[in-house]
Amino acid sequence: MTNSASRKWAWVHKWSSLVSTIFLLMLCVTGLPLIFHHEIDDLLHETAHPSQAVPGARPANLDSILEEVHHRYPGKVVQFVSWDQDEPGVLYLSINDSVAADPLTNKFARFDANTGAFLDEPEFSGRFTTIMYRLHTDMYAGLPGKLFLGLMGLFFVAAIVSGIVIYGPFMRKLSFGEIRQNRARPVRWLDWHNFLGIVVVAWTLVVGATGILNTWADLVIKVWQYTQLTEMLGAGKDKPVPTKLASLENAVKLAREKLPDMEPQTVAFPGTVFAGPAHYVIFFRGSTPLTSRLLKPVVIDGETGAFTDMRDLPWFVTTLLVSKPLHFGDYGGMTLKIIWALLDLVTIVILITGLYLWIARRRAPTDQVSEHALPPVERSPA
Amino acid sequence: MLTKASPRKIYTLPTIIAVVSGVGLIFALLGDGIWDAVSWLAVGLPLGIAALVWWRSTPRRQNMR
Repeated sequence: MTNSASRKWAWVHKWSSLVSTIFLLMLCVTGLPLIFHHEIDDLLHETAHPSQAVPGARPANLDSILEEVHHRYPGKVVQFVSWDQDEPGVLYLSINDSVAADPLTNKFARFDANTGAFLDEPEFSGRFTTIMYRLHTDMYAGLPGKLFLGLMGLFFVAAIVSGIVIYGPFMRKLSFGEIRQNRARPVRWLDWHNFLGIVVVAWTLVVGATGILNTWADLVIKVWQYTQLTEMLGAGKDKPVPTKLASLENAVKLAREKLPDMEPQTVAFPGTVFAGPAHYVIFFRGSTPLTSRLLKPVVIDGETGAFTDMRDLPWFVTTLLVSKPLHFGDYGGMTLKIIWALLDLVTIVILITGLYLWIARRRAPTDQVSEHALPPVERSPA
Repeated sequence: MLTKASPRKIYTLPTIIAVVSGVGLIFALLGDGIWDAVSWLAVGLPLGIAALVWWRSTPRRQNMR
């Protein structure tokens, strides 16, 4: 690599880092508790647990659960029914004033999927984990906030790639993992920054890239609605929302017969963002750690209850769905979560040492800091 | 592990570590049980190496002062 090429990469590393460091620090700090959001929620909030399922017993009739919901919440409608993946035997019902209302304003009611009994009404807003989640995903600024954090993620990836390139020139006279402990702090911290940065590079790249993908989730879903969902609905895409809905129990039963090896994960009710105006869309999932993230939508006529269509999701939605676990680290038990947390802490150390090195170099531009810390190419006259 | 670097060898170890920990990320997606365990070892490898470097460097610094 020529000196001028090396200087250009160093420039990219410096500026992409400076632009994104403060936001990356925020993302690392808020992301840390989010790795354990389930455990934290369990600790901080009282939750009702479902009764043990009797082996061989039939799950509760979904229509009678819906009746109970209408009784409990007069004038309200159900937008979604979800089977909780983390706590089997729990049904989440998302409730709002109308099917077209913003799902962000939904209220939730939890039911026992086996007995059909009402469990509780969890309040998510104001929870510690919800505040961390909002800061981490959109900083309370909606889609612009998400896209902004995605842009910061792109700068982060640029900083990692340029960091890999300038790692070589920096390491010419050092061996892998060598920390010059008898030198001044800026030199020691530079060695730690370079070593930690290169040793966790696969993880930071994967978590950075999948984080960027997640910021585009809203847009990806919009594209899916305008393409595949519209195709699946066919002529039904212009039908009005039915005044009386077909039985949900029968709709799920019919869809289960079409996909005997999969489990229902979410039902989107007619008129909601994930369904057609007059059709249920029931999303099914597989049972392995990977296939449980890959959904398959089944479209059922919301008026007649007839089967309409079913397809695999297109590649761009599948990519988004697979990127989620690789960002959250929630697919390999508690051990993987702890590894995730430790790697997150290492990333915080890399960010802070990087920031410190920039400040130290600015404070003393000509002293031993730059003299010893920079590779020969950096010191050569321009 | 800590061999003296020549320019061509600078990236050898980092590349091996990146490939192992990167492939390890996919392992836990493919299955449970043994797949998870292999994934923990592979994804945790950079942490093990970092701990080793930390352990090696700490006593030396104390002796210097």
